[in-house]
Amino acid sequence: MSTGTTMAPPPPKKVNRIGLEVLSYKGSKTTLCAGCGHNAISERIVECFYELGIEPYSVAKFSGIGCSSKSPAYFLGLAHGFNAVHGRMPAIATGAILANRHLMGLGVTGDGDTASIGLGQFMHLVRRNMPMIYIIEDNGVYGLTKGQFSATADVGSKLKTGTPNDLPPFDCCALALKWGATFVARSFSGDKKQLQAILKTAIAHQGLSVIDVVSPCVTFNDHEGSTKSYSYMKEHDSVLHELNFIPSYEDITVEIPEGEVRDVEMHDGSHLRIRKLHRDYDPTDRLSALGVLEEAEKKGEVLTGVLYVNTSKPTFLELLKLADEPLATLPESRVRPPQIVLDEVMEELR
Amino acid sequence: MSTLEVSPVEPLSGQSGHSVVNDFSIQVATVNGSGSQTANTVLMRAIFQMGIPVSGKNMFPSNIAGLPTWFTLRASKHGYIGRRKEIDFLVAMNPETAREDVMKLDSGAAVVYDEPLKLSDLRSDLHFYPVPFDKLVAPVCPEAKLRKLVRNMIYDGVVARLLDVEMEEVHKALVKQFGKRKAKAAELNWGAAQAGFEYASKTFTKSDPYRVERMNATAGKIIIDGNSACALGAMFAGVTVVTWYPITPSSSLVESLIGYMKRFRHDPETGKATYAIVQAEDELASIGMAIGAGWAGARSMTATAGPGISLMSEFIGLGYYAEVPAVIFDVERVGPSTGLPTRTQQGDLLSTALLSHGDTKHPMFFPCSPEECFSMAIDAFNFAEQFQTPVFIMTDLDLGMNNWMADPFQYPETPIKRGKVLTAEDLDKLGGFQRYKDLDGDGVGYRTLPGTSHPKAAYFTRGSGHNEKAQYTEREDDYINNMDRLAHKFEVMRQYVPAPVVDLNPRASIGLIAFGTSDYAVRESCDQLKDEYDVEASYLRLKAYPFTEQMLDFIRRHDRVYVVEQNRDAQLLGLMRLELDPELIAKLRSVRYYGGLPLDARTVTDEVVRQEGK
Repeated sequence: MSTGTTMAPPPPKKVNRIGLEVLSYKGSKTTLCAGCGHNAISERIVECFYELGIEPYSVAKFSGIGCSSKSPAYFLGLAHGFNAVHGRMPAIATGAILANRHLMGLGVTGDGDTASIGLGQFMHLVRRNMPMIYIIEDNGVYGLTKGQFSATADVGSKLKTGTPNDLPPFDCCALALKWGATFVARSFSGDKKQLQAILKTAIAHQGLSVIDVVSPCVTFNDHEGSTKSYSYMKEHDSVLHELNFIPSYEDITVEIPEGEVRDVEMHDGSHLRIRKLHRDYDPTDRLSALGVLEEAEKKGEVLTGVLYVNTSKPTFLELLKLADEPLATLPESRVRPPQIVLDEVMEELR
Repeated sequence: MSTLEVSPVEPLSGQSGHSVVNDFSIQVATVNGSGSQTANTVLMRAIFQMGIPVSGKNMFPSNIAGLPTWFTLRASKHGYIGRRKEIDFLVAMNPETAREDVMKLDSGAAVVYDEPLKLSDLRSDLHFYPVPFDKLVAPVCPEAKLRKLVRNMIYDGVVARLLDVEMEEVHKALVKQFGKRKAKAAELNWGAAQAGFEYASKTFTKSDPYRVERMNATAGKIIIDGNSACALGAMFAGVTVVTWYPITPSSSLVESLIGYMKRFRHDPETGKATYAIVQAEDELASIGMAIGAGWAGARSMTATAGPGISLMSEFIGLGYYAEVPAVIFDVERVGPSTGLPTRTQQGDLLSTALLSHGDTKHPMFFPCSPEECFSMAIDAFNFAEQFQTPVFIMTDLDLGMNNWMADPFQYPETPIKRGKVLTAEDLDKLGGFQRYKDLDGDGVGYRTLPGTSHPKAAYFTRGSGHNEKAQYTEREDDYINNMDRLAHKFEVMRQYVPAPVVDLNPRASIGLIAFGTSDYAVRESCDQLKDEYDVEASYLRLKAYPFTEQMLDFIRRHDRVYVVEQNRDAQLLGLMRLELDPELIAKLRSVRYYGGLPLDARTVTDEVVRQEGK
């Protein structure tokens, strides 16, 4: 009986709690290799920011140089991004966040960028507890220059040519733990659920979040003999605990999973819900975090999960006693002292 | 400090009829770390307070304590405040250098010296005044461990007596130097100065001709070092993010700024800061932070010296290519490499103009005085945001670390200019923007700041190839268009940089071009050339790079033009060669000094005269 001229209204577009579609969180099309772990991480970033309803304009993306550092073009296209120079993203990010403390800093870097040329800047970022998210897309190899070892490559791991690595790796999580980061986690690009929970917690965290994500390079470091390959990770990933993130706007009492559960409350009232798996682990204890990393290294395991959370240490911005408003846009009346001040100083110098 | 008892004193007896008034130089030779800086500053101030134009130059080692230091003070009724090579009055306190210092003097000079050094036998053509410093210091400074620091103040008293410096002014200068909080130290030092004064009164018959006489040439003026003047300029420019790494001779610039910002840039109610000052881990980080902050909309700056400039090279290329404002103060010292860290030079000009790989060029401002350090700092922050690029303020150790007489600074007349920044409201009206599109013909695109709450606000900033929309590109035409726009932007800057100061002499066939602290020597040299050699010269002082039409016109008007600069390789002349027409280049001659001391007029005069064949 219908003439068929009136189409059914399109289904309502799916939007998040601030009314934005997932499209608003996407970036341009990736130019990385198909199957690259970095692409999976970009997808998790899109999902997490969308699901938590973070305004994309409030985010500032930072990266250095390398495959990983290209990826900020592939997510959060409505956020400003700054692709800096090799290894020096922390400086750019620090300056930008000092200029505008309301920005949510999201840094994406690689193991070459962070653990070699950028090790100094990384450590100083950690030392300052600069409030931002710092994701290391860790594949143990330089991709853009076609497959040289990075400083996170494990001893004995082999290049495609068969050349073994004979220098010990830097463990970026251990470095971050020891020198001042307040949220430290390791994950695997292939573990969607764990990475989501970690990313969401990092978004809620007010301090420096260092997330080392093992992210295999399908072109130069996914072969037999590599310790950063998909197959190696599947065999050696030792998951520390099961993680769930409960945002502040959701009811914390629902869906309590079976087993021993511990909640860590974040600054914004959200919770990281941790369910014990094989061992007791307290992620607020820095010493035990360093201990489990040592232990895992000895066993040849890659320990993933939230290694450390500290919600009480002041950030660098707090230490600087910065004004509440962004410095960048303070009006002239607040940044240029009046004539009387100049007169006073001149009088002192006479 | 209630013990001030200074009554007018008669000049020392024995003074000959011939006297040299307000036109001589004093050199104080000490060991660094001995508190001599206080004594020297007090002496300089006292002469300044007597209304006599004066300048002070500290020649110090890169060391904390124990190495030779010389302080040269010049009083000049003509107002010449450049360094003078000839020393008329030596205070020899350093046993290690005393003999050499004395041997270098011209005949007729006077020497105050520490008696045990026994210098008077060295020469018979000088006026010697031996002073037993250790004997004099003991009664005025009971605490033995402080004597080393107080001892030097004795020579202030001796010199005051011998040169007719009014002790009341010495006292005033002392009080100013120590401030209210260190009244006890001031008291102790005042006792020492008086002891020196009294000893000289009792002991000496003046035989040298040098003395000061009250003038009225410094009324209303201030004394300040160039680094503090830059700091004040930055504060009144509205700087919000300051990132730095300590390096001589720039450290005191930021330290001075920290002092002023703590006093004047905290909210009186909340105590919160309207600025961030961060001591970074190195110069790579300090410039990176400054660029990150500039990108996010702060007025950002860093301060450094030559080695830091070299380290900043990569980030400066990013700032140029991605078009991010920042202000960099380069307080130049002697290079290459570590060079002479505590000596002055204009040696970073060429490397800074073209800093970083690829085709890059950067605007540079050249202040010559504390007044210009202040005003150019303000100009530079506006300029950096107007043109969205790093701007260099090139000062040097001489300007930055020495105390200078200056006119009080003028409060900025114009409001802060933030350049082309689009807000969310602008974007609503425009419907969007293209970051690197030249809409206004000046080569400068519009930018948005991160955090701008608008779906059209974001763009991606990168040091890799980009098109007008800030998208990644490796296309030949995109690359060339972008580089040509950047070149055009640099051309446009010529109309906006501070214009040179031109002193055209209608009778002159030769001209002199100089910049920065060479100014004092060159102005004095122009007088020497005229008075001593009957050579008339015009003078152009450059205040900025890129060059302006006035400079080309100046070269056209003269047969020969001497480019005076403080480096070995004639770096300014080299920059001029890069862009001037051959017929103008053919007129250029070079006068260079690169020994690390402030340039003096005689060096310039001698070299011009030599090349002129006079």
